Amino acid sequence: MPVRKVMKANEAAAWAARLAKPKVIAAFPITPSTLVPEKISEFVANGELDAEFIKVESEHSAISACVGASAAGVRTFTATASQGLALMHEILFIAAGMRLPIVVAVGNRSLSAPINIWNDWQDSISERDTGWLQFYAENNQEALDLILIAFKVAEDERVLLPAMVGFDAFILTHTVEPVEIPDQEAVDEFLGEYVPKHAYLDPAKPITQGTLAFPAHYMEARYTVWEANENAKKVIDEVFAEFEKRFGRKYQKIEEYRTDDAEIILVTMGSLAGTVKEYVDHLREKGVKVGAAKLTVYRPFPTEEVRELAKKAKVLALLEKNVTFSVGGALFQDFSRALINESEKPRIVDFILGLGGRDVTFRDLDEVMDISKRALAGEEFDEVNWIGLRKEVL
Amino acid sequence: MAESPFKADIERVQKEYSEKMTPGAIAKIPGSSVVNKTGSWRVFMPDFNRDKCVRCYLCYIYCPEPAIYLDEENYPTFDYDYCKGCGICANECPVDAIVMVRESK
Ligand code: SF4
Ligand code: SF4
Repeated sequence: MPVRKVMKANEAAAWAARLAKPKVIAAFPITPSTLVPEKISEFVANGELDAEFIKVESEHSAISACVGASAAGVRTFTATASQGLALMHEILFIAAGMRLPIVVAVGNRSLSAPINIWNDWQDSISERDTGWLQFYAENNQEALDLILIAFKVAEDERVLLPAMVGFDAFILTHTVEPVEIPDQEAVDEFLGEYVPKHAYLDPAKPITQGTLAFPAHYMEARYTVWEANENAKKVIDEVFAEFEKRFGRKYQKIEEYRTDDAEIILVTMGSLAGTVKEYVDHLREKGVKVGAAKLTVYRPFPTEEVRELAKKAKVLALLEKNVTFSVGGALFQDFSRALINESEKPRIVDFILGLGGRDVTFRDLDEVMDISKRALAGEEFDEVNWIGLRKEVL
Repeated sequence: MAESPFKADIERVQKEYSEKMTPGAIAKIPGSSVVNKTGSWRVFMPDFNRDKCVRCYLCYIYCPEPAIYLDEENYPTFDYDYCKGCGICANECPVDAIVMVRESK
């Protein structure tokens, strides 16, 4: 029987790792995800998880050790955040290029400077072009579930890509919620053992991994990473469906909330989706035609689902905790790209908010709605809007 | 040109490479440094004058690739698939039997 326990998202991530039975975990502590390896080391020390726990001196080494272990043919896991993920940057490309299904839990945190340990998505968003799959959790249960799902998708032979699962710093990493821990047997059945067919070290059958590719082969090799990302779209749907069948919890690349007949749809990711749904309820009571949508999967980018979503609304308001300077948020670019050749498209308004742990309140969302309503009325509006900015200190 | 002593290896690996790209661009058998021809990097190529050559083999010894073999009469001969045009052979030759000329393709 699955048990329910009250725990932080960090613990939920550690539990997911324990259930997935990785053979190697290499990690370096960083706020806010320190508790993930801490808890895993406890599991290993107690004999509850039969794995090699490697203590390393930096995140660069942590992910490098994971690459080595995965190349040797075992399931691997690590956790990080912010500058730690940035320090992994170089190796992230290598993991994807070598098609190693490593899973990394990311406690989504802002980037320096100034130093800030609180939540936004700048860390993992900055790694969107590495070839990694990216999932974003709304709550602690999703953090656990999505890590299991990430392993299953990553290890699928049609995919073979590393995956990161983001959950918001402190809002989730350090907040306790009831979380259902699935049965070990059920997880074993769902995930199966990782048996690599493409990459494993066997002295009897020597291979070269991460080899040099001349101009004649490099481009093709990169294309296979593109192809794998495309394949992942279908595989993710299949795995979501199987997860629902086995564990009863439904996931979709884009989860819609009260979008039927909505004129304005507020689109976001992570824990902010919870706030936005409640806000939508609050507005619906007043008769405002508004809905919400949550991206559970950010990479591969769910282009088809975005196009479907766009058909439902006149205004898409994108709520993002990240910024690409001089351009806007990452979602703004992705949504614009997905819709650019559609004959009919909604107006897209971008909102940058909640950076570095700034609380996003109903008052901020009122500001979002004011601008969105102007866009709906066909009035002029700024494409990119910073919400909750304290202009008086500028 | 004398035949490369790695001919069998090269053919084996080339066959492997001409097959479909492996996930992760894995080289399934070792030997890629042999099969990846380095001649395409070249800007200058050694031009050999057999009449001047005294067969001292300094070029043969110094070629870092090594892209110089000896032919039936023990004169140096150049494997342009691997000669990267570094010019060391021309520099070492005591009788200027090798000069570097700009490669024209
Ligand atoms: S130019 Fe350099 S690589 Fe080419 S034959 Fe001479 S020494 Fe060898
Ligand atoms: S160094 Fe010059 S002389 Fe000596 S073998 Fe080579 S080409 Fe001939």
